[in-house]
Amino acid sequence: MTDQVSLTFDGVAITAAAGQSVGAALTDAGIRSWRSTRRGGRPRGLFCGIGVCFDCLVTVDGRPNQRACLVPVRDGMRLESGGLREVDARG
Amino acid sequence: MPGTHPDVVVIGAGALGAATAWFATRAGLTVEVVERGSIVSGTTSACEGNLLVSDKEAGPELDLALLSHQLWRGELGEFGGLWEFEEKGGLVVAATAGGMAGLTELTERQRAAGIDVREVAADEIHDFEPHLTPDLAGAAFYPQDCQVQPMLMAAHLLRLARELGARVRTGTTVTGFLRDGDRVTGVRTDRGDIAAGHVVNAAGTWAGELAALAGVEVPVLPRRGFILVTEPLPPTVFHKVYAGEYVASTQSSDEGLQTSTVIEGTRAGTVLIGSSRERVGFDRTVSLPALREIAGKALALYPGLAPVALMRTYLGFRPYCPDHLPVIGTDPRAPGLAHVAGHEGAGIGLSVGSAKLLVEAMTGATPTIDITPFRPERFSLQEVS
Repeated sequence: MTDQVSLTFDGVAITAAAGQSVGAALTDAGIRSWRSTRRGGRPRGLFCGIGVCFDCLVTVDGRPNQRACLVPVRDGMRLESGGLREVDARG
Repeated sequence: MPGTHPDVVVIGAGALGAATAWFATRAGLTVEVVERGSIVSGTTSACEGNLLVSDKEAGPELDLALLSHQLWRGELGEFGGLWEFEEKGGLVVAATAGGMAGLTELTERQRAAGIDVREVAADEIHDFEPHLTPDLAGAAFYPQDCQVQPMLMAAHLLRLARELGARVRTGTTVTGFLRDGDRVTGVRTDRGDIAAGHVVNAAGTWAGELAALAGVEVPVLPRRGFILVTEPLPPTVFHKVYAGEYVASTQSSDEGLQTSTVIEGTRAGTVLIGSSRERVGFDRTVSLPALREIAGKALALYPGLAPVALMRTYLGFRPYCPDHLPVIGTDPRAPGLAHVAGHEGAGIGLSVGSAKLLVEAMTGATPTIDITPFRPERFSLQEVS
């Protein structure tokens, strides 16, 4: 049996197989969309699945705009939909 | 294409070809656009969409920029929303007192030439751009500098031209010209011949090759530039922001790598960071030294961008002529042929003025401004001797 890890998506607990990508884990949990387009508000999730298209951006442990298809799951990981990076004027 | 005999065949479906198609159909001409790739598959989809007066000085290119500015706001103003036209203004910043002195001299000359520009004191800069480094000597603000999304602009102009009856043929490569003596009477393509009253060479960076097919020299050459694209951000960069040396680098004829900072936000939230210029032919190899230099200079202006991720980079080949002026007009060496190309990094902004002038030249209308500085035969040996 594969090792299971526990994570949360917008506060809801989900489980995933160790080694899965965040995108695979969300899709496995029945979550197809975790972002909406900036103008049309249309749903977005995995599209290319290989790190090219930037459609599957998700906030991982407070870091916005991570590609769900490239980030491996980790036990205790906190995922959030949406989110933009705040830019600090002083760097 | 049997049976078609348009007044005008336009070669190239980029910004210049699209603008020419639109102004020509508006003038009552029948138009067919032929494009070897897909629409906006050349430099129009690999640039930034600058409509700038801030990098111009008194002369024919400024006259063309001011005419284009009028057209973007006037005749084409009703369509601005389609192509994200933004009158955001440009802010040129100087890092040192010496740089500011040079910028002040430039702005005095520009003001005399009719450009709307005002000086911005160091302590006012943050009212314009709160994320800029506080370590600047001063700036100049150009309210006439605008931005469009170039792919949307060209695609919509082609669509609008088609609604007025124009035809657009993609995947159609021009292989030669139909001739009657010196006169050009149409094009040969890999999908058949098209006879036409006028043939317009709007082939962008490839316009020189196309002119050679017609036996005339139009020296348009590629100058490679890279752009960096950030992840989407909340509004961070509010104007088009350039380092003072940008103006000098657009006019330079150096062959080696040159970089100067140009930064702007987009409606999509991404920030575009340029710019570089290199004469390396049509080499599409990604150059890490160029990308590093662009990023390093941008961070000196916007230190807050340091943790921001880049989503991607792209490169384009700006079409330049040796005298840094575009080629616009009918070609007396091959009557029936006209050119509208070679605008280097300013082709999107200048496209509409250029197309309007070319259509005036083809229809015999009174030119809105003097077109002779752009005449295509100016490079030929006959004129020099």
